[in-house]
Amino acid sequence: MSTKYTNEHEWIRIEGDVGTIGITSYAQEQLGDVVFVEVPAVGRKVAKGESVAVVESVKAASDIYAPITGEVVESNAALADSPGDVNAEPTGKGWFFKIKFSNKAELDGLMDDAAYDAFVKSLG
Amino acid sequence: MRYLPLTEQDRREMLAVIGAKSVDELFRDVPQSARLPGKIAGLPDHQGELEVERAFQAFAAKNISPSAAPSFIGAGAYRHHVPSTVDYMIQRGEFLTSYTPYQPEITQGTLQYLFEFQTQITLLTGMEVANASMYDGSTGTSEAVLMANRVTRRHKALISGGLHPHYRRIIETTARWEGFSTVIGKADVEGLEDLIASIDKETSCVVVQNPSFFGHVRDFTKLAAACHAAGALLIVVVTEVVSLGLIMPPGEMGADIVVCEGQSIGNGLGFGGPYVGLFATREKYMRQMPGRLVGETVDADGKRGFVLTLSTREQHIRREKATSNICTNAGLCALAFTVHLTLLGEAGFRRLAELNHAKASELADRVSAVPGVQLVNESFFNEFTVRLPKPAVPVVEALAARRILGGLPVSRLIPDDLSVANLLLLAATETSTEHGMGPLVSALKEVL
Amino acid sequence: MVESLDRSQGRAGAPATAGSSTPATFTGNRALQIEEPLIFEMGQPGRCGVDLPEPPKVKDRLNGLRRNGEIGLPGLSEPQVVQHYTRLSQKNYAIDMGVYPLGSCTMKHNPRINEKVARLAGIGDLHPLQPVSTVQGALELIDSLAHWLKTLTGMPAVAMSPAAGAHGEMCGMMAIAAALEAKGERAKRRIVLAPESAHGTNPATAAALGFTVKPIPANARGRVDLAALKSALGPEVAAIMLTNPNTCGLFESEIIEISKAVHEAGAYFYCDGANFNAIVGRVRPGDLGVDCMHINLHKTFSTPHGGGGPGAGPVVLSAALAPYAPYPWIVKQGDAWTVAEDGAKVDGKPLGRLKAFHGQMGMFTRALAYIMSHGADGLKQAAEDAVLSANYVMAALKDVMTPAFEGPCMHEALFDDSFLKDTGVSTLDFAKAMIDEGYHPMTMYFPLVVHGAMLVEPTESQAKEDLDLFIAAMRSLTERAKSGTAAEDFKAAPRYSPRRRLDETLAARKPILRWRPSNSPPGGDPMRQAAE
Repeated sequence: MSTKYTNEHEWIRIEGDVGTIGITSYAQEQLGDVVFVEVPAVGRKVAKGESVAVVESVKAASDIYAPITGEVVESNAALADSPGDVNAEPTGKGWFFKIKFSNKAELDGLMDDAAYDAFVKSLG
Repeated sequence: MRYLPLTEQDRREMLAVIGAKSVDELFRDVPQSARLPGKIAGLPDHQGELEVERAFQAFAAKNISPSAAPSFIGAGAYRHHVPSTVDYMIQRGEFLTSYTPYQPEITQGTLQYLFEFQTQITLLTGMEVANASMYDGSTGTSEAVLMANRVTRRHKALISGGLHPHYRRIIETTARWEGFSTVIGKADVEGLEDLIASIDKETSCVVVQNPSFFGHVRDFTKLAAACHAAGALLIVVVTEVVSLGLIMPPGEMGADIVVCEGQSIGNGLGFGGPYVGLFATREKYMRQMPGRLVGETVDADGKRGFVLTLSTREQHIRREKATSNICTNAGLCALAFTVHLTLLGEAGFRRLAELNHAKASELADRVSAVPGVQLVNESFFNEFTVRLPKPAVPVVEALAARRILGGLPVSRLIPDDLSVANLLLLAATETSTEHGMGPLVSALKEVL
Repeated sequence: MVESLDRSQGRAGAPATAGSSTPATFTGNRALQIEEPLIFEMGQPGRCGVDLPEPPKVKDRLNGLRRNGEIGLPGLSEPQVVQHYTRLSQKNYAIDMGVYPLGSCTMKHNPRINEKVARLAGIGDLHPLQPVSTVQGALELIDSLAHWLKTLTGMPAVAMSPAAGAHGEMCGMMAIAAALEAKGERAKRRIVLAPESAHGTNPATAAALGFTVKPIPANARGRVDLAALKSALGPEVAAIMLTNPNTCGLFESEIIEISKAVHEAGAYFYCDGANFNAIVGRVRPGDLGVDCMHINLHKTFSTPHGGGGPGAGPVVLSAALAPYAPYPWIVKQGDAWTVAEDGAKVDGKPLGRLKAFHGQMGMFTRALAYIMSHGADGLKQAAEDAVLSANYVMAALKDVMTPAFEGPCMHEALFDDSFLKDTGVSTLDFAKAMIDEGYHPMTMYFPLVVHGAMLVEPTESQAKEDLDLFIAAMRSLTERAKSGTAAEDFKAAPRYSPRRRLDETLAARKPILRWRPSNSPPGGDPMRQAAE
């Protein structure tokens, strides 16, 4: 199991051929109180870089892009009723969706923990 | 100049604080070639209030107002009595000269009436949610089609031949430039159109009007079911909102989006605008709606208050991904609407609708008794179509020469269809009287 | 994560930190501030605010579709209605009450003669589809306004029908798409350039028409970077959308080079005219190479904002775009006026129709009354006074606040939030504290290119004494903010408004968009509850 990060402040946790995706603590702080999350339907085929989910605060909306190509196998339906989970536990209960993928090599360009920490620090 | 408080002395002192010698210095970023030597030529200088008022009285004197001549024109704009309270309220400076309620702490007045307005619209239309208004019914209809395209991810709108021709043309214009297709029904003069067979797997929505442009009252329950079976949305347009006091609301028929022209309540004819668009839908489509929404919440002391909400749909946040480019609504016209409807209440609104229907029934009976005039409609609310023995345009001109505004020649709005040349659209409201209907009937006998 | 930055500041609904020290009243009212229930909590069956005659009994011709059941509208008498809306009105700030320095919105005085003439029966009570022979004065009125707008902008044509600024943008961009189509270039030119400081409507409009929006960078002076623009131009670019004076309140000093470069690349120049008030009567957009520009009649020409509309957004067009203007327009034939409507045989290729009837006539009337009252001399003076007032405010505050760019500015002064650095006070907190001082806050967090932006537009309508008091109040607030001890105080503002900060998070998480019996406070009408 390993976790990688995109420069769009998403994390993807890899377990076998399934990745769980959410946004980072830094991202939820920037957004403020999350009020709405739209997650993709299970079974949807997505391509790396495709916009697949939306997260909204009162004053901002952000698209969530698929960090890897594959099929959505699970979505966090609980976020519909408790979008605040994204603020409270961005890397836990606040996960968005899971993708079953076939080409793990697509993850090669992503950051690991140390690289992402450095990236966030560079943003000031 | 009476609107400008700064004196020459003020201006000198202000320039001194700025450190500029003249106001020209403040415009130094304007390229030399675009600087005008003085004021723009060929335009008159300022005038006093008396002179301005005289100029407008001169404009007014060249028109024949329905306030001074019998009028039977409807076709999407209806002359109703607006209580004095309505106009007084919308002229209060706190409403008239306030901006969009972006600072909710000091705009609860606007926000609360819009919340009340939204609630009234849901009740009238039989829908679950409504927005804080659109520019008008015509532009709102086009926005409804765009919304249906978003919801269904399809790009083909099926448009009834009973839809107001201006509304139809706006949808066609939007389709042409924003890139979706339309299937347009032939002018539905008889009110017998059946669109069910035309729905297919690419249809995003079906747009119908009730009562139709030609006045027919239709039941769209089966059409709604057919739309839903095919994954399309049913958009019902109402151009005479008073009809909802008497006719089954679109929500009960299964409509997914309802758009109304709200002018009839609280807003005068105004030569076509500004009016107020009413826009309502199902709760599940709430986040796909265009326009502003007001929601209830609490303040820091726990007191109930109202705010603009779900703004992330809108252009100032979502920019190129917004549900619509619309920035403004029709706030003051919505206020006029909501004040008038509050005065009417349940009993008054229903009675107003009854009165309109009764007046139109009387007019239909009397006009269709004129030799050569044939009533097209079996059903109508306060407007219907008659077939004349000759083209309607010169007939209406001849009536106008007798200072009677005798309805709308359908060909003015549908110029490309020769079959409508003899059709005349006539409307009656609670303002119609014997003093109007009598002269119309006699004049028709003369000019036909 | 593309567009999250910095717009989440000042989360509303921060818990109250300081309670009110004044004792509560029995009713919850505070003198002139009266708590007001919703109409749905006040209505009684049997009350009605109108008297209508008993309808004659007729046979229904409703196709069997008579409405059954209650609609659910409350019944109120006329005095209740008057009191209800009067009390609501007293919860609003308005231009009529004082300084309303909302940048980019031009909250200037709204003269009442404009209201009066718009209500003359021969103008306000006309049906849009009357025979044109019966509305000659109305058509002449529209044509007179069109003449003023064309002359003031130095442009040959104007489309009057758009209902608001954003609608005008749609009209102008459709005209550009139509011109490209006529040249066979519509499929090829898919890119619209717009600065990041643009109004949100610009990218929204361009995207709706299928264009891809590409940002053009600004230079250190807050203007378009000409070199960057030139390198972005090419055979795929359809248009540039540019506000001038721009949203930072600055005149685009290289505007002529910009329009030249845009035209040389075969593209069109859309000018967002939101800020026309700064230059009306002094500069003609036509002399700047503009192809089309919408004019917000509710900004520059003072038609009332009305709590968010109605607006009106006529679009002036260059000779290149004029043939594509939408229906309808007014035509003078000899001594008579007529209307070119859909299907009329005309020169050119109209792009279609954007609105039912003829446009926002009520706004045309008010705008024309404003224009005639000012005349060529007064309009120019108004623009100069607006610019003078903004520069005065900037000059008087520049030592305690931080102007975003070097002056002079046009009609609005832009500050960033660096003067609040390390004070614990945000732009939002600062704005909310202005409310307690009796002012409507300036525009905040716009334009997006300036951190914690505060855009102050005093307009020409304020007396110098009122500007001086405003400046003094702002200076006092900056002093308090910088004292280092007042952050909590600012966060608790406003205290004296009809409501304190509202919980926008709650509103968005659990949207309540309409009244239902179940979401009234327990016991229904809070007034009645208090009385029991």
